[in-house]
Amino acid sequence: MLWSELRRSGAPWQKFGNVEQNIKRMQDEMNRLFSGMTSPVPVQPEFPAVNLWLNDTTAIATTEIAGVSPDNLEISVIGKTLSIKGSRPKAETGEGQSYHRKERWEGEFSRALELPYNVDSDKVEAKFEDGVLYITLPRAEAEKPKKIVIKSA
Amino acid sequence: MAELAQEVLTKDVHKKEAAAGDGTERTRATKIYTPLVDIVERPNDILVVADMPGADENSVDVTLEKNVLTIYGRVEPVVPVDHRLAYAEYGIGDYERSFTLSDQVDGDKIEASMKDGVLRLVLPKSEKARLRKITVKSAA
Repeated sequence: MLWSELRRSGAPWQKFGNVEQNIKRMQDEMNRLFSGMTSPVPVQPEFPAVNLWLNDTTAIATTEIAGVSPDNLEISVIGKTLSIKGSRPKAETGEGQSYHRKERWEGEFSRALELPYNVDSDKVEAKFEDGVLYITLPRAEAEKPKKIVIKSA
Repeated sequence: MAELAQEVLTKDVHKKEAAAGDGTERTRATKIYTPLVDIVERPNDILVVADMPGADENSVDVTLEKNVLTIYGRVEPVVPVDHRLAYAEYGIGDYERSFTLSDQVDGDKIEASMKDGVLRLVLPKSEKARLRKITVKSAA
């Protein structure tokens, strides 16, 4: 920081006595203030990315997980929480192979998502097509919105 | 699990929109994403694997013009009837990516297959390229 440079040069500050201390204190405070802003671990969105479609009676969650075999997929619903687990096999690295690019993910993933309402877990349906997973989550019967009839007086 | 978490931190596995080509405009009102690829060189061929979820074998075009290989995947967005999109973490659009091949690929014999949104291209090396490898013997 600029302040450190000034402080190191020393001489001009010495006659002001505690100015240097004040500057040090300010510097510490500024550092403390900004330290919370830069997180040491890069913040990444969760994987896999999920889109959620809603209406009054059902929610549809979609996620793009290309190359995952449906046998390696595990979907569970407890109350309001939807969890998706799965894996994609690691690429075989045979003799004489070398990677020029390796951008695709491999291994296991798991993701939990909170839904806006409780789900009737017996009626959840999932469809996997062209690497896109569609999960239909019907709202629990007890929680469906009820229409209130207004009686005329 | 820990392994993938590590991967996700070191690699960005999320969808990225492709940069617009110079001076070209799109006729279709969709976004274009860059598919993530693995490119593996093997003794007799080059394997290209691309993640293109939402595209199937009928909507993917692989073209080779001169030595530029282009993969294009058309995605028809699936919009659930009578639902609104409440929360979105990823966008849906077409995929496009081009690669310049060295002359060692035999363009006539490229094989392409598609499964669960993953495109696999096998680019066989030409005879010439295969023969170019010279084994060096140690002198007696």
